[in-house]
Amino acid sequence: MTVAAEGSPPLRMAGARRNPLLQSEAVQGFALISPTFVYALILLVLPILVVIAHSFWTQNYLTIDHTFTLENYRIALTEPIYRDLLWRSLYISLTVSLLTVALAYPIAYFISFHGGRHKSLWLFLITIPFWTSYLLRVMSWKVILGYNGVLNSGLMGLGIISEPSDALLYNSTAVIITLTHAWATFAILPIFVSLEKVDRTLVEAATDLGDGPLRSFLRVTLPLSAPGVISAALIVMIPTVGDYVTPKLVGGKDGVMIANAIQAQFGKASNWPLGAALSVTTMIIVSLMAGATVLIIRALQRLAR
Amino acid sequence: MTATRRFLPGWLSSYATLYILFLYLPVIFLPIFSINTAATPKFPLSGITLHWYEDLPKTPALIDATWNSLIVGVSASILSTVLGILAARSITRYRYPGRRAINGLIMAPLVLPEVIVAISMLLVMLQLGLSLSLFTVVLGHVLICIPYSMTVLTSGFEGFDRSLEEASADLGESAFGTFRRVTLPMVAPAIISSLLVCFTISLDEFIIAFFLTGTEATLPIYIWGQLRFAAKLPGVLALGTLLLLASFVLMTIAEILRRRAARRTQNEGGLHA
Repeated sequence: MTVAAEGSPPLRMAGARRNPLLQSEAVQGFALISPTFVYALILLVLPILVVIAHSFWTQNYLTIDHTFTLENYRIALTEPIYRDLLWRSLYISLTVSLLTVALAYPIAYFISFHGGRHKSLWLFLITIPFWTSYLLRVMSWKVILGYNGVLNSGLMGLGIISEPSDALLYNSTAVIITLTHAWATFAILPIFVSLEKVDRTLVEAATDLGDGPLRSFLRVTLPLSAPGVISAALIVMIPTVGDYVTPKLVGGKDGVMIANAIQAQFGKASNWPLGAALSVTTMIIVSLMAGATVLIIRALQRLAR
Repeated sequence: MTATRRFLPGWLSSYATLYILFLYLPVIFLPIFSINTAATPKFPLSGITLHWYEDLPKTPALIDATWNSLIVGVSASILSTVLGILAARSITRYRYPGRRAINGLIMAPLVLPEVIVAISMLLVMLQLGLSLSLFTVVLGHVLICIPYSMTVLTSGFEGFDRSLEEASADLGESAFGTFRRVTLPMVAPAIISSLLVCFTISLDEFIIAFFLTGTEATLPIYIWGQLRFAAKLPGVLALGTLLLLASFVLMTIAEILRRRAARRTQNEGGLHA
């Protein structure tokens, strides 16, 4: 979604302007953005720095001990409960981003290449469900997958199963299904944007030179749309690692994720430093995973060419 | 090969239809079970009733939550749109070192786990001695609304014909006069669209409100509290249906306005770009 903001550079002043004027342009531009910039510094950068600082401290009941220690990280990385939660969160978010991107690509392709006059209508149709409350979308999956839920009563009505199955809800599969649904729109839009930028004459050229539709897709369209695939994967992967609502509502015991543990440290367990260390660890691991994803997709892109 | 060409779109369009169904399926169950007489959401419906809707205005906690959500939504959307206008104008109009980095920082909340954004703000606010209230929720919502506001506004500001502003200045308008009489009318639809988008996001936002609110509940927090009681489910579904309608209407207006803004400045983009 940053594409629109970064896509086209601002209009340059026509002709050559002298340096002092350019400088005053720069000063004006910076002055104009500074309130927003300062807001982001105070409410985003400062808080994250405070979290990082806390992760190196310890807590005795209500007082924070400011002595530097790595104890919290030792707990976060070696205690089985946190290690398992981290692994599960990573596994779930990786599966969800793979699924969402794989399911979204054909839709983005269809809209971009065969949408015709109805492109904007298709896009609008896709964005609507995203604008309904996240909480309620998760809730409706609970209604669908529950013991007395729509799917169970439907399957029983059709005679496929004789008694309701409790295997549908309260596990990591339920979390994966719900998240895949919740993030679909976010995956379609960036892929669509990059497919729109694919030069159609290149596809034609490939076909003219004897490539079949599949080959020209694999060697021209797919590699050229890699930037969209990358942003789609990241836009889904990073937030889903830290999802709180979905595991809480449909995850049950087997679907608990790291965000639930972080919340517990700031709530009931009241161990802020440990919560901070878990947050920092999650952010670092997510960044590593995101970086790896970018590298892998770029490598595949080069292979395809 | 022409056969595959013809076959492919057909196959793709049925996939697209199925996919749209998958997207809408869970959403459709909200209104359906909100008019069911039984409290358990299962088929077949035991009867049709509107009494879950009739109960809504009789719940004082819900009325309070609605007011709180409106206050937070209006404040957050105005604040984030003002900050968004400044930033979007600066990004699209000026060129200076560090422009991309600053833009990246402002857009960052879009790709950070919300829980982490929420708890880090919570820590700072507690350290600063701010007591948690609707005000702190507004501060948090502004932060996560700015990226959306920026996206809508940059698409409205980009491709904006600067010669119009220059002409106005040449004809003797002051800088403020030019902004009010030339720039503002051109970008007004984008601004209204940004207000609506931010309001909708704030209205639906749960995690940040959950961490940053004191005793006052917003609508999603009220809903969260109700979800624990199975018997309250139909009421929640009725409320959800109404919220769904509100979001849908607001977003449709926002999208129409955004397109009008984009057409005025001969530029396409925005939420879809």
